[in-house]
Amino acid sequence: MISCSEALRQLWEYLDGALDATDRAQVEEHLGLCRRCCGELEFAEELRRFLASSAHDDLPDDVMRRLNQTLEELGP
Amino acid sequence: MVGLRVGVTLESSRTDRRESFSNLARDQLPRLFSIARRLVGADAEDALQDCLLKAFQRFDQLNEAGAGPAWLTSILVNCCRDRGRAKARRPVEIDFDEVEEFSLYRKIAYEDPFPYSDSLHLDFLGEFGPEDVRAVLLRLPELYRVPLVLVYMDGFLAREVAGMLDVPLGTVLARLHRGRKLFEKQMWDYAEQSGLLAGGAR
Repeated sequence: MISCSEALRQLWEYLDGALDATDRAQVEEHLGLCRRCCGELEFAEELRRFLASSAHDDLPDDVMRRLNQTLEELGP
Repeated sequence: MVGLRVGVTLESSRTDRRESFSNLARDQLPRLFSIARRLVGADAEDALQDCLLKAFQRFDQLNEAGAGPAWLTSILVNCCRDRGRAKARRPVEIDFDEVEEFSLYRKIAYEDPFPYSDSLHLDFLGEFGPEDVRAVLLRLPELYRVPLVLVYMDGFLAREVAGMLDVPLGTVLARLHRGRKLFEKQMWDYAEQSGLLAGGAR
């Protein structure tokens, strides 16, 4: 079975679906037996959700106005 | 008469081109602004202005309307990188051995900043507002910040980012790995330094 550090190194790739079948099976085997790494996995999932939910910034009206002005003034 | 007709057609085609570009750009402005805020912070508006001007000049290179959002993002990323380079003073020194060993999950568990919490790790994340997330991202070297923002915040695939940055997929995957570790480490450092954990005893 792979070590904790090896499993943790591949955790995000595992969540991204970026591992090949062999590596994926090894990570899953490890997760099936290691409670601490399961905690790491759950936190990595939370962190991914947290990043995705932090992606939006309001575009202030004055900035939008200036950007629209730029678009209207574009040359031929 | 023929010359006049050609002139009118040319003028009409130029107007169509400008309108097509403006329609594409207007739809994308909020999303592009959000990306720019994460890549260059307070310089976001300037970077986006650069992007609009450059993109319009190259609009003829866009062959497929559906590719417009990714195409604009690619130009914006380069404008942000140009602005970042112009402002960079010296490379940030990073001890990657230390970063590689760092686990935010374990750090939070061991330090236990919220002793009365039933959901310690979620409470830690809950302390971060949008400004804090931006500040943490801006602590990362651009090399790692760009793929992190594009993949985990804007939903691009790693191979799409490889195309935007004109680097191999393996390079993007390696930068994502280091970027995630750095982000975790910087989240903890920022939380400590900015007093986000100060209410831990409540």
